[in-house]
Amino acid sequence: MSLNINGKIRRVDVLPQETLAYTLRYKLGLTGTKIGCNRGECGACTVLVDDIPNYSCSTLTHSVRSRGVLTVEGLQAPDGTLHPVQQAFIDELAPQCGFCTPGQAMAAVGLLKDNPNPTREQARQALSGNLCRCGAYDNYLNGVMRAAGGKA
Amino acid sequence: MSNYKHIGKDFVPPDITGKVTGKARYAEDFRADGMVFARLYTSPMAHGRVTNIDTSALDGMEGIVGILTADDVPAVEAPNAAILTNTPVYIGDPILAVAAEDEKTAEDALARIRVHIEPMPFTVDPLDSLIEGGPNAREEGNVFSRSSEGSGFRTVKWTPQQIADFRAGKEPTGEWVNEWRYGDLEKGFADAAVVVEEPFVTTGYAHMSMEPRTAMAYWDNGRCYVYGSAQSQSFWIPGLARLLGVEQKDVVLISEHTGGGFGSKIGAYPIAALPGWFSKKIGRPVQLRITREQEYYIGSARVGFQGWIKMGFAASGKITAADIFIVEDIGPNATGGDASSAGGAVSLVYDPESLRFRGLPVLTNTTPRGAQRGPGQNQIAAVMAPLMDKAARQLDIDRLEIRKINAVNNDSTVYENQEPVTSAYMKEALDKGAEMFDWATKRNKPKTNGSKVIGIGIGQGYHSAGTKGFDGLLRITPDGKIHLHSGVGNLGTYSYASTTRAAAEVLKCDWEDCVIERGSTDANLPWSSYQAGSVSIFAHTRTNYVAALDAVQKMKQIAAESLGGNASDYDIDGKNVFNVKNPRQSISYGGAAARAIQLGGSYSGAVYPDDIHEITKRSVERLAGSGLIGVAKDNLEQNGVIPGLACAFVEIELDLETGKYDILDYVGIAECGTVVHPQGVEAQMKGGAVWGMGMASLERHVYDPHNGLPANVGYYQCGIPTYLDTPLHIRTAAVDLPDPQNPFGARGIGEPAMGCSVAAVTSAISDALDGHVFGRTPISRDMIINHVAEREQSFKPLQTNNF
Repeated sequence: MSLNINGKIRRVDVLPQETLAYTLRYKLGLTGTKIGCNRGECGACTVLVDDIPNYSCSTLTHSVRSRGVLTVEGLQAPDGTLHPVQQAFIDELAPQCGFCTPGQAMAAVGLLKDNPNPTREQARQALSGNLCRCGAYDNYLNGVMRAAGGKA
Repeated sequence: MSNYKHIGKDFVPPDITGKVTGKARYAEDFRADGMVFARLYTSPMAHGRVTNIDTSALDGMEGIVGILTADDVPAVEAPNAAILTNTPVYIGDPILAVAAEDEKTAEDALARIRVHIEPMPFTVDPLDSLIEGGPNAREEGNVFSRSSEGSGFRTVKWTPQQIADFRAGKEPTGEWVNEWRYGDLEKGFADAAVVVEEPFVTTGYAHMSMEPRTAMAYWDNGRCYVYGSAQSQSFWIPGLARLLGVEQKDVVLISEHTGGGFGSKIGAYPIAALPGWFSKKIGRPVQLRITREQEYYIGSARVGFQGWIKMGFAASGKITAADIFIVEDIGPNATGGDASSAGGAVSLVYDPESLRFRGLPVLTNTTPRGAQRGPGQNQIAAVMAPLMDKAARQLDIDRLEIRKINAVNNDSTVYENQEPVTSAYMKEALDKGAEMFDWATKRNKPKTNGSKVIGIGIGQGYHSAGTKGFDGLLRITPDGKIHLHSGVGNLGTYSYASTTRAAAEVLKCDWEDCVIERGSTDANLPWSSYQAGSVSIFAHTRTNYVAALDAVQKMKQIAAESLGGNASDYDIDGKNVFNVKNPRQSISYGGAAARAIQLGGSYSGAVYPDDIHEITKRSVERLAGSGLIGVAKDNLEQNGVIPGLACAFVEIELDLETGKYDILDYVGIAECGTVVHPQGVEAQMKGGAVWGMGMASLERHVYDPHNGLPANVGYYQCGIPTYLDTPLHIRTAAVDLPDPQNPFGARGIGEPAMGCSVAAVTSAISDALDGHVFGRTPISRDMIINHVAEREQSFKPLQTNNF
């Protein structure tokens, strides 16, 4: 089947029960998307499907056949410039171990696409499906607010 | 406060960009040609003996590459954990592994294997094993004591009356195995104006690292290459070599990033060696990624406490005596040692005039325990805070004041042998926190608003935060680049990088001229400390310091040799070595490096100090001739305990109708000597705060006592704190006073950052409930509701595995 991943059409053989996280990581080599639980709890595998954050471990690849998928690898501009959320996460030293970071970034990008000027409380609600065992929630929220301010 | 160029300044750690772009590689992101996938068959029984393994259903199954059983790996002596076992001692204990061309085939194969296991007695609560007639977790006994005088199994039983008295909050009278003390305890209690005495429980819970641990391994030319989830780097090598049955020189560990460890990956753990053995058997690279559920079995957990504490306070508020008895749940593998550390923490943080610690480490058939962020120190921090409050109320002393009266300081002596501390500024930390939090105002605010009650609390955290004797290694190449070799490991604290800035500081060089070499044994790394125990900042600013001093001295010698005069005539400016009297007489760092290669000997690493570790020696030998080598063992003076300290102030609003509370304000103060990396300290203080909030009210293991089944094998079942469990803002600061035993004044902070938090929250909950002491973590909502409604709790005193 053909998939629209990060603006490019990728052809890939997909099993009926295959999850998007599996396809991305193991068939397309997009290992930035992390699998923390593989059962819709942690959000490390969050990607955007038509700009909406989705847990890719709980999304069948066949269900995104005609939709646009954005992964963490698709955030950087072609010239290498980091997305404002990525830059803000660096500026705030938001990642610690970094395993949840791609998911946090995608949830944040999804939020800002929908609401470019969220309150901190709105940002907290929007990212609440993304766990971070290092406990870097405050830093990620600072990053979201910084990225939003930068855009404004 | 300092004129440092790098120390105390923020920087962009080189690996962070990969974390936000997805390019950072974790163990599972590596692949090798011909790699196969392994999956584990784990024990469905809490304790048993495998009598038969029938894999005949896999015969001829397409895609199956091999099976590994306990017979293929080294047997280990009880109670240590094996790679695979035929006598499982907890649910989830790995029994065998299957390798297949793809993961799904491997998983399908597991479902077809028939393993017959003869059940054996088991226990999931130490007191159920301790009581006469109770089951032992292992055939060899129910207690395992590790001590320098000799370790061994024991069978210890208490009478039903002794257990009942312990549950009733009386001083335990049953047998214990570990004891240490100092001071005159009896006099201390005789002198006391107030005595507080409480039983307590701190429940064990999972480390819950986000990355399901993974290892991939293959053999090449007699060397085993392991791509692992490791929180340390060089420190893993001896253990990994032992697990693989090879010499240290024949192990290569690649660990560029690790998705959390928190104490569960300090040294090489058995499952990390499984792919190496499997690969040896089948001749292909093998990757093992465990599942999220298995992470709750073999991912390790915090030691649980069931204890009793009695403290005497003089009328002045000074603690005259502390008597501590802890039954600790050390799981099936006798891993822990938390209880004695808890006694040590009481000795250090509160500096009582006398103290007795007694401990009894009891085996259970629950998930293996391991060091978890502040092991022992943070459990007892949670217990102590409400007791300090209780004493303060009885003595009519302000709760902040009683902590300042007992605060560890530069003159304190601590632990059994009453050792000095390198430095300690807890009083200054408390003052700073009180000011930021506005304790003076908040303590007098009205407390109730309908069903909502305000509670404010203070917590103190501690962990020894340093070690010594490891090696530093750097290399200056002819292109002028300074290669800083860091063997600490990448856990996410960024200390692998911030400690190398100590070398840059000594070399006065620009950070842009530095390259950090790390992530693989083959990057030629020095022997380094574990990336744990809050030690790396202290230990490795020292190693980088001594290595840089060595490099500077060599550059000066080279300048003198090339340009005339003596080495002492020369100084450095970050790019050049120059004659102080005639600055035009100079040689660049790159020029000195080129000359070092020509000169050989110690300049180029052909000769190196005798006292460096064999791992460092091998690295230097491989680097020899490629630049100017700075290498040295940290032989700097060090004596006494190196404390990492923190305190926290919390304001909560507790709803008496639901038992739920919101954290309205949180202030955490780090007392870690000079701050090396401000953003790093802040991140640790905030992350530690979240961990403390989880321990205080959310996180726990629960086992079904009838079948030994774990009830929580998922994030939400275990109570991991989320965005919504933590306050909208967390405020932090640091005392930032230098420690005299570190060249830059630095100590560590990672673990105290959590202890202060859990203590402040338990203190605030107690305050909201008129000083009620639950004596238990986590304090769940139903416990609060039961207390408010004056109902019995749903569990008996000291019981674990409660909901």
